[in-house]
Amino acid sequence: MNMELINSPVRNWVNANSRVLDLGCGDGTLLAELQQSLKVRGYGLEIDPTSINQCVAKGVNVVEQDLNKGLENFADNSFDTVIMTQALQAMRYPHLVLDEMLRIGSECIITFPNFGHWKARAYLTLRGRMPVTKQLTYQWYDTPNIHFFTYSDFETLCRERDIKVLHKQFVGEHFPDRQLKNVWPNLFAETAVYHLSK
Amino acid sequence: MTLDIPKNSVGIVSAEKVLIDKPLTLACGVVLPSHELMVETYGTLNADKSNALLICHALSGSHHAAGFHEGDDKPGWWDSYIGPGKPMDTNRFFVVSLNNIGSCFGSTGPTSINPQTGEPWGAQFPALRARDWVESQRLLMEHFGIQRWAAVVGGSLGGMQAMRWALEHPDKLANSIVIASSMKLSAQNIAFNEIARRAIKSDPEFRDGNYLQHNTAPRRGLALARMIGHVTYLSDELMGQKFGRELRSGDFAQGEAEPVEFQIESYLNYQGDKFSGDFDANSYILITKMLDYFDLSREYQNDPVQAFGHANCDFLVVSFSSDWRFAPQRSREITDALIAAGKNVSYAEVESDQGHDAFLLPNPRYEAVLGNYLSRVADQLEGAV
Repeated sequence: MNMELINSPVRNWVNANSRVLDLGCGDGTLLAELQQSLKVRGYGLEIDPTSINQCVAKGVNVVEQDLNKGLENFADNSFDTVIMTQALQAMRYPHLVLDEMLRIGSECIITFPNFGHWKARAYLTLRGRMPVTKQLTYQWYDTPNIHFFTYSDFETLCRERDIKVLHKQFVGEHFPDRQLKNVWPNLFAETAVYHLSK
Repeated sequence: MTLDIPKNSVGIVSAEKVLIDKPLTLACGVVLPSHELMVETYGTLNADKSNALLICHALSGSHHAAGFHEGDDKPGWWDSYIGPGKPMDTNRFFVVSLNNIGSCFGSTGPTSINPQTGEPWGAQFPALRARDWVESQRLLMEHFGIQRWAAVVGGSLGGMQAMRWALEHPDKLANSIVIASSMKLSAQNIAFNEIARRAIKSDPEFRDGNYLQHNTAPRRGLALARMIGHVTYLSDELMGQKFGRELRSGDFAQGEAEPVEFQIESYLNYQGDKFSGDFDANSYILITKMLDYFDLSREYQNDPVQAFGHANCDFLVVSFSSDWRFAPQRSREITDALIAAGKNVSYAEVESDQGHDAFLLPNPRYEAVLGNYLSRVADQLEGAV
């Protein structure tokens, strides 16, 4: 998946000079970009030593912290935007992480792979095995993605928890996804990008 | 003796005694009209004097941080991290390492002569705070004509100085690197220090701290103090791995004349005896007190966020997983306060079984984090970023 397609809406929803916390920031590419183009004061949380080294080399603030052990060390509303890209499905309790993100940030941006995408459905239906696709490259036994969910599941969760959807955007790179992702997102969006607030 | 000096060593080094001929007002109110500092430097100061790193030593450290003294086969205490191509890269940085006042490796301290009495200071050496070391280091900075450190770097008590620098002289450093440190000691830390001090004072040779005048030294007490300290610097795990229950002499079979001695006993006794020959007991008392009293945010209404609000530099904070003397949680508190204060900070919790001593020892991940951070600092100085 082309990360640029996912990151470009993120850029549009972050304000210049704001405080940004990126949960699971990886090698710091997104934060480095936001620092450069929007002059944000950004911090990334990460546990992978190699990624942490890469962030440090880029001059991105990175803090070693396991998201599954909680975020109590961050005060309410201490950030303008809390971002989590492609990691919610790897959290032990995604709904609680979501609550925490909305407690710490005035706004949140979340991106996740849509497990309702037709390729995943076809894989499971026709082969009878858990999907291994370009975006979901792991086998069922070694995947860090322990909570698969669809676009519709996420919509339901937001409704149930009274979370406001400020914006959403769907990403699909190729035919027919590119053409149909907005018509029938649950089937054609490979990735969903959400902008949320309380 | 002949010694193969590794290529990435700064090589043979020697110390310089610098006279700081300016009054130093200590936190306790005493003024030292002048003082002397033992200093080593590695690398070359650039034309605009912007590439200087200040090394802050911990409890028992000295100015000899890297390279070899003529005739020695052991390098300086932070040699793993200072040298050409090492994280504190002497091809790019000018590294300044000093022995702080109150210590005992040639700088003004309890073993120096008190000019007012003509006798060694001994136990009468004035009480010191970390800020006094910082102030003395600032005078040394003037001596070199340096306006701003590229970074102030330290582990343990050294990290406390690096933080204090950031609050006291916000515009005189670009980066503060705080390793295996804490904003204040825990009750347990203070307890260990007090046991160590009591051990020293209980030695009959201590003579109320005036042992030098009696041509003696409380070596047994100091050795005991060091043995206690040493246990707290290692992890249980590492001690088990390194020594286990192996015997140095004797055996468990009954009837053996030779008493059983475990490897760990022999090791600790050796370390204690060696230290008590190298270090001064009054310095040990003085500097452990300095550690106990250190409290970063006391004069900032006990609010670390308010304290760090005064800083103007970027921070790197590093801790080690098995360090129970300065546990990772202490470093996380520093990091959290820095984030809340809106300062640039990165934090790495390095996996290690070497306890508090890990900050001195080779560790690939620690080397990479420190190296990447400082390499970027050097890039910025050289105009590459």
